[in-house]
Amino acid sequence: MSLLSKLGETLICLKAGRVTLPYPAKAEPVAENFRGRPIFDAAKCIGCGGCANNCPAREILVYDVCQELRILKYLGRRCTYCGRCADVCPEKAITMSQEFENATNQIGDIRQQLDIFMSTCQRCGRCFKAPSLMEELKMKGYRFDDLQNERWVYRSQARLEGDPVVDDVAIELD
Amino acid sequence: MLKNLCQKMFGRSLWVYHANSGGCNGCDIEVLNALTPYYDAERFGIKLVGSPRHADVMLCQGPAMRSTAQALKRAYEAMPAPKLVFAIGSCACGGGVWFDSYSVIGPVEKIIPVTYYIPGCPPRPEAIIYGVAVALGLVNKKTAPVEFKELELPIPRYHPDDLGGDGEMVVYEKAEKV
Repeated sequence: MSLLSKLGETLICLKAGRVTLPYPAKAEPVAENFRGRPIFDAAKCIGCGGCANNCPAREILVYDVCQELRILKYLGRRCTYCGRCADVCPEKAITMSQEFENATNQIGDIRQQLDIFMSTCQRCGRCFKAPSLMEELKMKGYRFDDLQNERWVYRSQARLEGDPVVDDVAIELD
Repeated sequence: MLKNLCQKMFGRSLWVYHANSGGCNGCDIEVLNALTPYYDAERFGIKLVGSPRHADVMLCQGPAMRSTAQALKRAYEAMPAPKLVFAIGSCACGGGVWFDSYSVIGPVEKIIPVTYYIPGCPPRPEAIIYGVAVALGLVNKKTAPVEFKELELPIPRYHPDDLGGDGEMVVYEKAEKV
């Protein structure tokens, strides 16, 4: 009986074959929903700082070095790859990549730093999010520059006469 | 220099000692998973030993805590001289999510010198094997710091004195980027 069970075990072991992965030579694909290192896209980032507010490890730091420049630092040392920054990002500028091979001998190697230009309000001096296309359409006559050829400036008189249509116009007229 | 030293001194096999100084056991399980036949770290001569006096490498998991910092330091001092310390997981690399609580001192590098960092919460067994392979010189590290800088401010700055023309269309004469 014991011998038979040993033989059975041998058969199971032979049937399994070689299971060891040839890992550092040949990488296996990771699972679909695996979250690796977050990648910050500077072109999409608007510098709202929502990722820094929501990071449980407080590992995304925001520095306002001057009026128009905001520095966003991701240090990555104690990042738990929870993906909350990617969830909360309104512009989807943070993507959780599937890179997990982050082993390094210097902890500064997993740092990411973005210097983001911030528009400032001419009146109050605070940073604001650039208005979307729909908001620009609502604010008729507010635009004073032409973004397509930066030379021509269109000055509309539409809001200066007659009653204001939206409240924003009243604020602008002060 | 460190790489040459590693290849010289640790060319044959690494005996690892597994020190948990207050982690949640997630990284422990991944380390033990890396030692199973599925990943088979013994291909590289890695063997788990029970005493720091037998070990070349200390695998640190968990942050340095108030209650275990002295024990961690004594375990490090008990290891024989050419020694490596791997900080495995976010807690050991940077202090973890509870880095600012009372009982946590911080990353283990506040207590003992760390040679290699493997971030992750927990890191995959592949990531741990990759870190060991980087230390052995089998593969090169892939990470490098990423910096993005604005070279010039993207919108032009206008001044009303430079506007010319009249009527609805005016010409901005001095279009300059700041």
